[in-house]
Amino acid sequence: MAGQPQREPKRPGTADPPMVRIALIAIALAFLALFLFIPVIAVFAEALQKGIGAYFAAIADPEARAAIRLTLMTAAIAVPLNVTFGIAASWAIARFDFPGKQTLLTLIDIPFSVSPVISGMLFVLLLGVRAPLGGFLAAHGIKVIFAEPGIVLATIFVTFPLAARELIPIMQAVGSEEEEAAIVLGAGGWQMFFRVTLPNVKWGLLYGLVLCNARAMGEFGAVSVVSGHIRGHTNTMPLYVEILYNDYQFAAAFAVSSLLTLLAIATLIAKRFLERRVVPAKQEQDNLAVKVAA
Amino acid sequence: MFGRRLKLTHTLGAIAVAASVVLGVGAAHGAQVTLLNVSYDPTRELYESINAQFAKDWKAKTGDDVTINQSHGGSGKQARAVIDGLEADVVTLGLAGDIDAIVEKANLLPSNWQSRLPDNSCPYTSTIVLLVRKGNPKKIHDWDDLVKPGISVITPNPKASGGARWNFLAAWGYALKRNGGDEAKAAAFVKVLYKNVPVLDSGARGSTTTFVEREIGDVLIAWENEARMAIKLFGADKFEVVYPSLSILAEPPVAWVDKVDRGHGTAAVSKAYLEFLYTPAGQEMIAQNFFRPRDKAVAAKYASQFPSMSLLTIDSDFGGWKKAQPKFFGDGGVFDKIYQPGG
Repeated sequence: MAGQPQREPKRPGTADPPMVRIALIAIALAFLALFLFIPVIAVFAEALQKGIGAYFAAIADPEARAAIRLTLMTAAIAVPLNVTFGIAASWAIARFDFPGKQTLLTLIDIPFSVSPVISGMLFVLLLGVRAPLGGFLAAHGIKVIFAEPGIVLATIFVTFPLAARELIPIMQAVGSEEEEAAIVLGAGGWQMFFRVTLPNVKWGLLYGLVLCNARAMGEFGAVSVVSGHIRGHTNTMPLYVEILYNDYQFAAAFAVSSLLTLLAIATLIAKRFLERRVVPAKQEQDNLAVKVAA
Repeated sequence: MFGRRLKLTHTLGAIAVAASVVLGVGAAHGAQVTLLNVSYDPTRELYESINAQFAKDWKAKTGDDVTINQSHGGSGKQARAVIDGLEADVVTLGLAGDIDAIVEKANLLPSNWQSRLPDNSCPYTSTIVLLVRKGNPKKIHDWDDLVKPGISVITPNPKASGGARWNFLAAWGYALKRNGGDEAKAAAFVKVLYKNVPVLDSGARGSTTTFVEREIGDVLIAWENEARMAIKLFGADKFEVVYPSLSILAEPPVAWVDKVDRGHGTAAVSKAYLEFLYTPAGQEMIAQNFFRPRDKAVAAKYASQFPSMSLLTIDSDFGGWKKAQPKFFGDGGVFDKIYQPGG
């Protein structure tokens, strides 16, 4: 990249020797190939080892469809809830000072620091029929653990911090000047929120949403503990992959895995796209703030 | 006449809290019955065929449609889930001790459950064998060969897996007999054996995939049915079964879960489902899936498939699961004493 139009026969003194550059690039590429490209290619190769017909048959299987449906449903509930919560929490933390603010920040992070399996166990201990609360719900015919609601709850728990964590720094960086201006100019509370606050954080919000969704669809540990593994009913896609693998249906296991892999790739692309948007948006805000201050 | 089990609706509102309430109830139409069979690991293939046949028979007999859902995992883990509220209409687990645990901790069925069906509620038996790679490259012929240095043994964790407990007791029984009943020597034997175990999976099926698919280990201690199924699926050119000089009669029991059935109104169909296992048609499927049938005629028909072996039994040699479970696998029991991870 260094010398653009005219080629210099001698390298400038500030550049690294070619050997070092080549070695570094080779190491980085080899590492990527080893840990990323080869496994991703392997997933698709294994998935297609019995042909494209078998691949689609595996995905169209009623149990596979049930797993896909449950995964989508879980994400459809968990993601909007966590995004709503994320907006509320980041708003509260960025705009107001209140006692316990640090504690709230720490609490939001709890699901990150707890192993997902423990999160799942926590719900079994709290809502299993042996527990007072779970027993009460069961007595009223409400099934939570080993049924869909338990899976949704566990997913909400593990994806809880993702949107909030993304929004808090952006809200703080944006500051409240524009909102104050809107109020001064006569905007109502909701008007200000939808016209000023939300557009200011929209890329960060989308970014959080993408991350939250990826985790919600891919979660294994917590969901495995509360699922009960009833075939065709309480298996999400990651759990179904494990079952297929243990049923010696390796090609089908990889076929369903490939769907999750595609989701991961789509997430990466969306993430890349959104990151570009988030950073300029922040810089724009900073420039604006500088101008206002001047 | 049994009632109809409510089917979960999948329609959900936007609010999860409301959704979790809605999920408990829904519409039931026609005579549609759903059973949940909570089973242990190696019965996946068996119950797939049993379920299809039973549903057909039940439809012909009563006109009702029955759908049997399956859940599989390590036997102990599955019992734990039922105790915590997994609504099993029937349990078909790896050993009686696990169903006893459900009685003890959750009181979902009466303590005399084992006398409600023939043969101690065990419609099929199996035993513990050794699966080795084709040609038996490490020359493994009996339990003694498993404690030799450099032999890598695959077996699941007895804390979570029923099969693993049978494996443990088979090895223990052999060592005890060999050492004239000296328990300290038997303990030393199994201690060395478990030192040779590089991966302790949580269920029998996990161990089989470790051995068969990931190609780890020289020998897999396995259910006979699991070992034979692996050979059927992966080819006789890859593995072979070694029958040790002494093993154990493994009796996996079945039971309907009264309290759950009462709630679901599925008592009659649950009972009929388990009784189907004892019919000649059921026994035939059992034999085809490499479990040893109880029915004499079916057993005779498949005799060549099941070599006769010298077998210990849990009741006469170990005093039953009620005694064996705490002694060997309870907290601070024999297994805890001899097994130190990484040690």
